Amino acid sequence: MSVEGQPRVGLFVTCLVDLIRPSIGFAAAKLLEDAGCRVEVPAQTCCGQPAFNAGDRDTARAIAAQTIAAFEPYDYVVAPSGSCAGQISKHYPELFAGDPNLAPKANALAAKTYELISFLTDVLGVESVKAHFDGTVTYHDSCSGLRELGIKAQPRKLLGSVAGLSLVELQESEVCCGFGGTFSVKYGEISDKIVSEKTARIGKTHAATLLAGDLGCLMNMAGKLKRQGSAVQVRHVAEVLAGMTDEAPIGEGKQSA
Amino acid sequence: MSAVSTSPQFKRNAHEALRDANLQQALGMVRLGFIDKRQAVVDKLPEFDALRDSAREIKNHTLAHLDLYLERYEKKVQEAGGQVHFARDAEEARGLILEICRKAGAKTVTKGKSMISEEIGLNAHLEANGVTPVETDLGEYIIQLRNEGPSHIIAPAVHLTKAQIESDFRRVHTHLDPTRDLSEPRSLLTEARGVLRQKFLAADVGITGANFLIAETGTSIIVTNEGNGDLTQTLPKVHIVLASIEKMVPTLEDVSQILRVLARSATGQEMSVYTTFSTGPRRAGDPDGPEQYHVVILDNGRSNMLGGEFQDMLRCIRCGACMNHCPVYHAVGGHAYGWVYPGPMGAVLTPTLIGVDKAGHLPNASTFCGRCESVCPMKIPLPKMMRHWREREFERHLMPAPMRYGLGLWAFFARRPALYRLTTRAAMWSLSKLGRSKGRFKSLPFAGGWTKYRDFPAPQGDTFQAQWAKRKRAA
Repeated sequence: MSVEGQPRVGLFVTCLVDLIRPSIGFAAAKLLEDAGCRVEVPAQTCCGQPAFNAGDRDTARAIAAQTIAAFEPYDYVVAPSGSCAGQISKHYPELFAGDPNLAPKANALAAKTYELISFLTDVLGVESVKAHFDGTVTYHDSCSGLRELGIKAQPRKLLGSVAGLSLVELQESEVCCGFGGTFSVKYGEISDKIVSEKTARIGKTHAATLLAGDLGCLMNMAGKLKRQGSAVQVRHVAEVLAGMTDEAPIGEGKQSA
Repeated sequence: MSAVSTSPQFKRNAHEALRDANLQQALGMVRLGFIDKRQAVVDKLPEFDALRDSAREIKNHTLAHLDLYLERYEKKVQEAGGQVHFARDAEEARGLILEICRKAGAKTVTKGKSMISEEIGLNAHLEANGVTPVETDLGEYIIQLRNEGPSHIIAPAVHLTKAQIESDFRRVHTHLDPTRDLSEPRSLLTEARGVLRQKFLAADVGITGANFLIAETGTSIIVTNEGNGDLTQTLPKVHIVLASIEKMVPTLEDVSQILRVLARSATGQEMSVYTTFSTGPRRAGDPDGPEQYHVVILDNGRSNMLGGEFQDMLRCIRCGACMNHCPVYHAVGGHAYGWVYPGPMGAVLTPTLIGVDKAGHLPNASTFCGRCESVCPMKIPLPKMMRHWREREFERHLMPAPMRYGLGLWAFFARRPALYRLTTRAAMWSLSKLGRSKGRFKSLPFAGGWTKYRDFPAPQGDTFQAQWAKRKRAA
């Protein structure tokens, strides 16, 4: 079926995007299609990271095995999240180390799995996007993408090509936002302290919009900003790069958009 | 185990720490003081990362042959006229040290900074047996005045403001002029120096820690910035080195490699002010030095880590970079962790030393942001080992029930894609109807841990997978 030279990409949309903010998934699909990919979405649930990080390796392995099977046919697997892409590309091999049957498959999946923005720039060689966004934005580097996958310059490069957009750097952009998956609930008070410092620094940028590449972090920061009554709008970087900003920002209602 | 642990009440400790205005002010200095300095000095050394790899390999090699190097070290110390004592646990180590002090007829003991001393609760033991310990590292001296433990492994009093220290000095140094000016950090330092000078001269025994033990030569090394360690180990007639088994390094050449990453990672210095090598007692013809040289080497559970999933932790050289870069440490400080070793290295080490049943919160109280591992000079995979502790806890059903049920429910659906799509679609549809107007929830049942502090963004409506399928059907 695959058209000559057209990479067949399985979109791992991530459970949070699937459930909370599908528009990020459509933005990811558009960016991939614009870059010449054929995008498919096999049945999927979650990468299993919550179980993995809770110490439940059996469940993590069962979910990972499902993902491995679902995405076997594709040339590439792309996720609009450094955290989930990192789970597949860095931790699946660890989960199946020594398993004669699944280790080779986990390694094969790991080798072809990428975070969306770095896939566009580093694999497909995308230099710019044809999007327009009026306003000043700031960018938070989500931890897994930054430290597991080395994503730092890639989103800035593509944002630099968005007409009308100006990027103002966030102080300590590499410091965790305090989300940490279940950490945000288990240790809510500490998480609150960390995210409050983050939103204070976001405020200092005077940017109208906050962007990042992971919906978990975005929900945490947006949730705190909205609780504090901040007017800063929060979006996934893919929405801006795809020029798909019609949907209300994260944590805001339809009428306020 | 020894020093009293409040690790089981980590949450309560953290709650209090977050409300402690002095602590929060002091913690601001950790962020400002350590991170930028380290980065600046690392940027000036292009081979820093290669040195980290080299340091890691040296320690990996040493740990693989630790028994041989310990034997070699013992032999070399004996050749130099010193004695080596191996202690299985804290109690044995305390007993050995007290015995040496008694034989020396010691009334007061000066001490250089030693985390192992904290680990075995040495000061309390000496005091209970009539020997007065005097901490001579400025930070340790301050916390000894306050009857507190260290809150950081290289900056023990980092949790205190200058004003708090000034008030402690006025409270304790009552022999000095009450109208004296202590407004500058320098004047606090000078005052402590003056007080400690008398103690150095009066001490019968000096106890130091060790950053490294060198198998090739039987040498112990301390790395300090104040010079107090040198006075502690050269003035009294007995010098006791207190170290743990993993301080071992094969050769002088190996140490010189690791020293290049240690100070840079710790304080952002190229080298610490003093790097002091001690080999045995005073030799005939030496102008000074102790008459007796003892090394107490503590195991305390560390040999059980060899060959297992926590072995990498034994590479730790106690630089503190992990806690200096940890968002959780920045938020709550070191005392909240509830035992001797705080921050990410403590979150891995403490459960091995006092049990995961007591220290279970520590490896859980991490966002897994990975910044600790990214700055660790020995490239210790700290988040991975915290996860290993979570695995042990999960196996032993130590996870709190609500969390276990929540994750179990989620896992049930995540393992059944068809049911997952059906259920989540219905749930998201209802949630989006409820949250549509504002786009967020101020409170949600079962999500109180989240919504107590921040809003929960409402789902947009139909799930992505359902919408995508619809779009494909229409195409």
